[in-house]
Amino acid sequence: MQTEILIAGFGGQGVLFAGQVLAYAAMDAGHEVTWFPSYGPEMRGGTANCTVIIADEEIGSPLVAHPQILMALNAPSLDRFEPQVKPGGLIVANASLLQREVQRSDVQTLSLRANHVAESLGDRRMANMVMLGALLARWHGLTLAQVKAALKAHLPARKQHLLEANYQALEAGAAQIEELKKN
Amino acid sequence: MTRELLKGNVAMAEAAIRAGVDAYFGYPITPQSELLEWMSKRMPEEGRAFLQAESEVAAINMVYGAACTGARVMTSTSGPGISLMAEGISYIAGTEVPAVIVDVMRGGPGLGNIAPSQGDYRQVIHGAGHGDFFPLVLAPASVQEAVDLISEAFDLAEKYRTVVFVVADGSIGQMMEPVTLPPMRERKRARPEWAVGGAKGRAPRRLTSLYLKPEVEERVNLRILRRWREAEAHEVRYRGYHLDDAAYVVIGFGTAGRVALSAVRAARSEGIRVGLFRPVSLRPFPTQAIRQLASQAKAFLVVEMNGGQMLEDVQAAAQGQVPIRFYGRMGGMVPFPDEVLAEIKALAAAPPSPADDPRGRWLAQMAQA
Repeated sequence: MQTEILIAGFGGQGVLFAGQVLAYAAMDAGHEVTWFPSYGPEMRGGTANCTVIIADEEIGSPLVAHPQILMALNAPSLDRFEPQVKPGGLIVANASLLQREVQRSDVQTLSLRANHVAESLGDRRMANMVMLGALLARWHGLTLAQVKAALKAHLPARKQHLLEANYQALEAGAAQIEELKKN
Repeated sequence: MTRELLKGNVAMAEAAIRAGVDAYFGYPITPQSELLEWMSKRMPEEGRAFLQAESEVAAINMVYGAACTGARVMTSTSGPGISLMAEGISYIAGTEVPAVIVDVMRGGPGLGNIAPSQGDYRQVIHGAGHGDFFPLVLAPASVQEAVDLISEAFDLAEKYRTVVFVVADGSIGQMMEPVTLPPMRERKRARPEWAVGGAKGRAPRRLTSLYLKPEVEERVNLRILRRWREAEAHEVRYRGYHLDDAAYVVIGFGTAGRVALSAVRAARSEGIRVGLFRPVSLRPFPTQAIRQLASQAKAFLVVEMNGGQMLEDVQAAAQGQVPIRFYGRMGGMVPFPDEVLAEIKALAAAPPSPADDPRGRWLAQMAQA
């Protein structure tokens, strides 16, 4: 059993960090995990992506042609990676920065205005955690509690003051999806 | 044991510190710079020597000097840096002092790019430098294996008084995986009987790679070669996966090997009896184990992130007993498992003839892609 999650967006959106949070949570839950970043000459404002592979046996390829899950934080990421998602997979899309809907009909889609939600919490930079919360409300490979525990355990001391804000963003993202389920 | 999530470059650096490295000299180059960066912070914390040299040429000569004192010493770089270090590496080998060199390979030749590659295979298996010597070369395929091999590399370097390369590629340097780090080892204090460091109260020792009399140099060459033969007999390392009933065997090292593992599992799920043989020591090369497989398997598939550099060693090991197919990606391209799976299927559907030229067939295929 192996799950592959591709997280993509602008540099500065916390794409690599969101992947690391998942990777820490997977490790602490006793899984094998590989976190693989795009490490080209990219920088803030450019594109960034990372792949997180979670498995229960030795992980083979660190690169994945067809991930089961795509978290697209901006429009170029959706354009580039939507065609690559495995049929039956899941796309979590940040509607705040998209000019179009997800077109694939053979995948599940969760669309939420992550920037808007993060701004309502007071910090647009938390959009990555809002997206992660939304993912965890639908995909049950890891629980929200496990991810929160991973943040607490691995956030460096100088960032621990942001723990509560990260929790709130995760919960707000999950709440968006719970809201969708009711409607 | 607690696991930590570490980037390959950082994990290799910390593993070296845990293994008791006394001194690190280096010069930054992507995709290994985090290794040097970690050393710059941690070595002073531990009261050990860190120096960012003005060039790779300077760095390797600092490694040379420190090695002559019996210190545990290392450097790390990528292909262009190995090229610059070549002369110094040869001097280290000629002087018969131990050193560990990490090569996090990138796309080349020339400046190339910073993407993952295995293009330095032929360069490192002959130690990059001139003259008659072989280094030990170890090739990890995961962050944990990189940690384990770094830990061993220092012991091997000292045991055989040789250069030990640990060759990773950009993806292993940049990826994060959980690792169990070894405990901090005591830094060794007893100076080896050959090391220099002040001759008060004893006869002076002389370390050099300059032997003007050929008959003396030949004796040194023979001594180096005998040590190498010992390493050849005792230090072969590899991993096998699903080989017990394998009709077809994929052979790949490092990242190419783990990509192939995904493909082998997918092929198995489709009923193809295929296994993976992953060389971990590239020198000494697991020649005997491959020869044994060649006598049992119907066909081999060699997968590399270069133009078939290890292929030649597999061919030599197989001695024509088994037909061989080759698949490579070059220039910083990393194969996806689907590509390797297609190769396995092609191999199983129509094994090549023993007379085929694997590289020629692959080149023709690439021209069509």
